[in-house]
Amino acid sequence: MWDHEIRAMASTHAIIAASVFMATVLPAVLLPGFSVYGTHLLWLYSVSAAVTAVSVAVFWLLGITPPAKKHTLGYKLSRLLRSCLYFFLSCLFFHTVVVLYGAPLIESALETFSLAVLLTSLTTLRCLCVLGPNVQAWIRVFSRHGAMSVWDTCLQITVACTLVGAWVGAFPIPLDWDRPWQVWPVSCSLGSLFGYLTGLVAAPAWIHYHRKQLTYKCK
Amino acid sequence: MKGLPVLSLLLWMCAVFFVGIYLFVGGFLLVRLEVNRTSTCGDVLEPGEEPVDFCRAQPRFRKVVLLIIDALKIDFARYDPDKTAPRPYENKLPVLEETVSSRPLQSRLYPFRADPPTTTMQRIKGFTTGSLPTFVDVGNNFASSAILEDNLIHQFGQAGKRVVFMGDDTWESLFPKKFYRSLPFPSFNVKDLHTVDNGILQHLYNTMVGDDWDVLVAHFLGVDHCGHRFGPDHPAMADKLTQMDGVIRSVIDRLQNDTLLVVMGDHGMTDTGDHGGESQKETDAAIFLYSPSPMFHGPPSQNEPDVVPQTDLVPTLALLLGVPIPYSNVGQVLLPLFPPHEQTEGAVGGLSQLEALWINTKQVNRFLETYSGMAKDIPPESLSRLKSEFALLSSEFLSTVREGRSPSPQLASSLQAYLTSVRDTCRATWARFNPLKMAAGLAILAFACLMCFILSELSLVLIRENGPLLKAPVVVSLTVGVSVAAAQLLIRGYIEVMWCLAAAAFSSELLFLWPPKRVSWLTLHHLLVPSLLFPLLRCASLLSDSYVIAEGRVVTFLVLSLALCIPIHLNWDGLLLPPSHDPLKSAGLLPAPALSPSAVRKESSTLLACLGILVGSLYLSLSFHGCREEQGSCQPSSFLSPLSRLQDNQLKNLHYVLAVISLGLWTYLLRCFLCHYGNLNSSGGTVFTARWILPLLSVCLGLHWAVSATPEDSFRNLAELIHLAQLALPRVAFCLLGLGLFLIWLDPLTVFVKTRTQASAKSLTLPTPRYRASIGISPQAELHHLIPQIYQRMRRSLDDGDLSGANEVDNRPAVEAYGLGTVYSAPLLLFSGLLGIGLLLLHPEGMALSFLLLLLETGALLHIHASSTTLSGLHGKYSGGFNVPWTPVVLWSLAATQFFHATGHLPTFPSIQWGAAFVGFPEGHTGTILPASLVTLNTFASHILFAVSCPLLLFWPLVCEVRGSRGRACGDDGEDAVMEMRLRENPQLFSSALLQLSTRYLLIHGAQVFASVCAAAILRRHLMVWKVFAPKLMFEASGFLVSSVFLLIGVTLVLRVDVAVGQWFKRLIPDVSR
Ligand SMILES: [Zn+2]
Ligand SMILES: [Zn+2]
Repeated sequence: MWDHEIRAMASTHAIIAASVFMATVLPAVLLPGFSVYGTHLLWLYSVSAAVTAVSVAVFWLLGITPPAKKHTLGYKLSRLLRSCLYFFLSCLFFHTVVVLYGAPLIESALETFSLAVLLTSLTTLRCLCVLGPNVQAWIRVFSRHGAMSVWDTCLQITVACTLVGAWVGAFPIPLDWDRPWQVWPVSCSLGSLFGYLTGLVAAPAWIHYHRKQLTYKCK
Repeated sequence: MKGLPVLSLLLWMCAVFFVGIYLFVGGFLLVRLEVNRTSTCGDVLEPGEEPVDFCRAQPRFRKVVLLIIDALKIDFARYDPDKTAPRPYENKLPVLEETVSSRPLQSRLYPFRADPPTTTMQRIKGFTTGSLPTFVDVGNNFASSAILEDNLIHQFGQAGKRVVFMGDDTWESLFPKKFYRSLPFPSFNVKDLHTVDNGILQHLYNTMVGDDWDVLVAHFLGVDHCGHRFGPDHPAMADKLTQMDGVIRSVIDRLQNDTLLVVMGDHGMTDTGDHGGESQKETDAAIFLYSPSPMFHGPPSQNEPDVVPQTDLVPTLALLLGVPIPYSNVGQVLLPLFPPHEQTEGAVGGLSQLEALWINTKQVNRFLETYSGMAKDIPPESLSRLKSEFALLSSEFLSTVREGRSPSPQLASSLQAYLTSVRDTCRATWARFNPLKMAAGLAILAFACLMCFILSELSLVLIRENGPLLKAPVVVSLTVGVSVAAAQLLIRGYIEVMWCLAAAAFSSELLFLWPPKRVSWLTLHHLLVPSLLFPLLRCASLLSDSYVIAEGRVVTFLVLSLALCIPIHLNWDGLLLPPSHDPLKSAGLLPAPALSPSAVRKESSTLLACLGILVGSLYLSLSFHGCREEQGSCQPSSFLSPLSRLQDNQLKNLHYVLAVISLGLWTYLLRCFLCHYGNLNSSGGTVFTARWILPLLSVCLGLHWAVSATPEDSFRNLAELIHLAQLALPRVAFCLLGLGLFLIWLDPLTVFVKTRTQASAKSLTLPTPRYRASIGISPQAELHHLIPQIYQRMRRSLDDGDLSGANEVDNRPAVEAYGLGTVYSAPLLLFSGLLGIGLLLLHPEGMALSFLLLLLETGALLHIHASSTTLSGLHGKYSGGFNVPWTPVVLWSLAATQFFHATGHLPTFPSIQWGAAFVGFPEGHTGTILPASLVTLNTFASHILFAVSCPLLLFWPLVCEVRGSRGRACGDDGEDAVMEMRLRENPQLFSSALLQLSTRYLLIHGAQVFASVCAAAILRRHLMVWKVFAPKLMFEASGFLVSSVFLLIGVTLVLRVDVAVGQWFKRLIPDVSR
């Protein structure tokens, strides 16, 4: 029934995953001294930027983004501005949540904020792409009957996987193994990225296997 | 409601848990009493009539060098030239074998057998005191690790010998200020192979060449750390051992003639490089003795011991250096180091073999007598056997000496046999884990957890069944216990209570679980509730030392995660937001909402606001944590030190003001709640407590803080008054607390009744008002909690038979009752609030803030629970009954652990706040029970508060119920806020919900105890077992004990209120129907 959409989704996800891969490999080739642990923040921003750019481009090209109600330039501009604002607010939100979870408040604020940026570009950005700058819709999507299209279901899965990944990523921090990836926030950002990649794979697969049960109210 | 079955089931449950803990701890934690006596030079130990001061006599050696190579296994020390391909740890110490074969009169190498527990600290204790230290050596030094028992270092100091120490800093904490000079190096970082060793090597040779020492102790850690890090079978171990070989060679080169060299390991290691247990690989270390002048009297012969027990070093060194043997020593002298009786004349100074043995025997006998007078853990029959043996030996020896004839060779060997049997007796008592007891304890605990789970799932069925539920298990367990006792008496002649209890508990568990249909009722998905993932994670975290060390933060993390799950879950079910008005969306998919969207929105915002408070107090509570010594760069909270220690006056004032404000808020919030729900109107004991005792208690506490914070030199003329106040204020507070709790217990009703009999004539014609206008009492109370209908309903149900219909015509409330809606929660809340202030009294002043956070967090948790219950109820998800789901219970019990840390406590012995014992008793105590209970109350304050107030979880959704929301579930006209009276309508559901709640709470704590018991059992070889896991087990077990006792108190209080309410209704009826 949604074979077409599932195929589109799978290829989109493949492109995004490839961009993550490239964002890791390319700087390693081009920049001397680049490594995931050593220059973690650099890697983190490169991945965030790649995911942001590719997601926005792909979703815009595919036309998933909800169409603007008015076609005036001013309206479009204000929409864009609102999206940017939401992006930034979401960074602040994630930063706060992470600090409440026990991240150091002052010492490594930059690291914490970078993690928040990564989380935002993996989760909020997708909400922005799929649902537009509309917080009510975001909250509505994360309920049992809230998904109204395949893309909504996919959004649920990837966001949940990313957040769970980041949460699980905090587990190894107290252990006394003295590994480079236990340094804050490496394990959490790696966890969220692995969660995100898992979500990218899991979402089309899950939808494919449950396509019989899935029913959506019309949009 | 049926209180008795609930209470008896809970009691039985707790008893089974206690037996399991008792059994495991009995097998795992070996306990020994410390004898705080010291030997002196004046002790009459030598043969002969007149006392001789043997410290004067010329000792065999003047100096000794003690090289301790941590974890020097006997396999490392042996040398086999025939090995073609030695392993990395083999043949790396050739110096030992070379010396032994080339200079047989000067040196020996023996296997050196340590006693379990084979951990470094216990071993250092062992080979300096000569006793068998256990994990818990009960003395009066619980707070510090310093050795108070008589020991070699102390004796050397007494004899004027200068002890120079270098190496592992454990020694510094064991013997503070005992060394003439000491160079400790940090031993904590196991990954660091070289710091300690290189530190020693920088100073060792210079010190040896100099002449300002008599005893030189050097403790190398590299080999042990290498084992922990890489295991013995690693090239790094070869390097380390080769380095040690060089060290020993250089030391031998620098020895003088009157110096003894002892090279020894404190324990061995397993193939993985660990130690702590009792396998031969861990216990067998090496000892190498060497002196530049001959000290043995012939080459190694048949009479040499195969293995030298570690304790034997103590009397040997003591007698060779001419100091008294430490009082608690149970080792025996190493005979080859002493000349045989016939050769005494030729040897330079020193004692003969027989004399040494005799001194040793007398000292051991003296210790045994002292110890058996203090403790009863040595079996009496072996004690009497040893006593008669000693009497025989002593008469034989003394007669030999008196008659001046040469002693028979049998005498020496029977003295040796006596010493060996003493040591074996002591070892059997103190130094052996009892795996059978440990396994039995584990099994009982596991079954208890299972049983607790079944009870919580089947509480309703069990209460309804009403059959002889508990009778059979109790009868069977009694029979089994008694028969086991009888069997023991018949076979062994004495009873070991532990096994009787174990048999009783186990049989009752089996009988309870026996009809397998009970178990099969449970399907697996009961266990797979997502909120049970969190206790599971918590239990798993107890198996890792890193997580136990970081426990405070780990628990906070879990609480926060679980709390965030609640709104997410509600939103997932579409309950958080009011259903959308979009006609397309809501068409028939959802049931019609029971409440208006605005009510939903109000509930949701309450929930989110409470979540905010919860998260805020969680985050702030992190700043009250203390620090473990393992957490290197941690700074303990500044609120933890008492005010009197603060130097800065402004800071002091600020702290004081903050503390008083939080105390005031605590009191004010409590009163606010009671006033809001109309519980302050009547004139009973509880209301008196709330009105007078509660504020008085806080005033007392505030004054006490002020007085105790006054600097001693500032008000000289008031010194006596201040002293008196320091004594009196806390005692008055204790008395007030006791009085308040007693009054609540005595008269827990907070209901104010207004009879309207006079007014009835007038109002006959008027339409019945549902809610009367305010007549003087609190208008709020009037609005919320006037419960006229309830009386009608109760009367109807009570009068069902005889008075049927007589008064029914008059469908108008005849009695108004204020505060009936919170009749259960008000006394419970007041009880825990009072208790909280009492516990705060035992804490440092700064903790008032943390206690306020505790109150806020409990309030937030309760409101979140209530709101989420209401929200799920709104959408027809309400299931009937008052069952409390897992999530709030899990949050509640995790919060108890979280505030254990946030009140500045840690699961380690040095962090116990001993100051609590002196609140109100600044001069100290005479007994031990009172200070012990004060310290217990202080340590487990948060466990106590959360356990007592646990039943509030059951009441809160009713207290906060939205009018009409539950009405449809309960059937008839539910327009009034009936609140907690619903519980009286459904006594069966009430009892089952109470039982379920308590068993769930017990289960979560019990599972944590089970996990820490597993951790201690599985990881008993772990490096951290005595530092992390065993203390954690003790704290977890005592926390469970305290929690369960106070949970029972809370449940009993609820039952007490229930009885009182029943009596109150009975009293009302004749009044009105007359
Ligand atoms: Zn050691
Ligand atoms: Zn070790």
